Amino acid sequence: MNVKNFMELRIPSKSQNEAFARVATAAFASQLDPTIEELADIKTAVSEAVTNSIIHGYEDCEGIITIKCRMDECGVEIEVKDEGKGIEDVEQARQPLYTSKPELERSGMGFTVMETFMDEVEVHSEKGKGTVVIMRKKFASLAKGQGVSCNEG
Amino acid sequence: MDLTAKVTGNILICRVKGELDHHTAEEFRDFVDRGLENNPVKHLILDLTHLNFMDSSGIGVLIGRFKKVNLRGGKVAVVNENKQVSRVFEISGIYDIIKSYSSISKAVNDL
Repeated sequence: MNVKNFMELRIPSKSQNEAFARVATAAFASQLDPTIEELADIKTAVSEAVTNSIIHGYEDCEGIITIKCRMDECGVEIEVKDEGKGIEDVEQARQPLYTSKPELERSGMGFTVMETFMDEVEVHSEKGKGTVVIMRKKFASLAKGQGVSCNEG
Repeated sequence: MDLTAKVTGNILICRVKGELDHHTAEEFRDFVDRGLENNPVKHLILDLTHLNFMDSSGIGVLIGRFKKVNLRGGKVAVVNENKQVSRVFEISGIYDIIKSYSSISKAVNDL
């Protein structure tokens, strides 16, 4: 990734920061002039990742969530990291409709939404240490307009 | 989040303004549940014209309301959701249980 610009946000795991995190990330990504739909995709995916850190990573205690965003000429890479309790079985957590908290009316669709709205989603987690979600999205309008190849890994 | 409700016949109609995420889900749930408990209604219509954003926390709370309404033999309908909200609905398969309409009157006539 040929990083053109980057930003880092550190927020406490309060639910009122969910809206702030998604809007701030979308505002940063808007420098690349993505479509309204692409921006909405980023907002939704960030909202899911931050909500996971708050509900599952930190549960009832408060911790810090770090959001890093990097951009190159093709799109953005967004990292959402917590130092919470970690996910025991990442593959299981990524299954559609799986939730460890059905009593809270959770839909279990968080990772599915991230995977659908972004091009790539990586999840790294260690029990007792925390979770990092890395999501990448290329903006279709950029690849066409600037004559750059955005297709290679 | 700004919520208002009115009752038309046996239908509770809630207007949802703002953003529905994990932070606002509880307020939404309590408001709709109060409306369902305090009125002799069977069906629920959610007017989403002014819902600017929703993520999967919204799906969870909508399915919860669907279960409640379904228990009393009623249906849940949504009206005029935007494209972002509609994509989250599609991914979660919620359109299989909750029908979408372009206006409140169309939803009222169909319930």
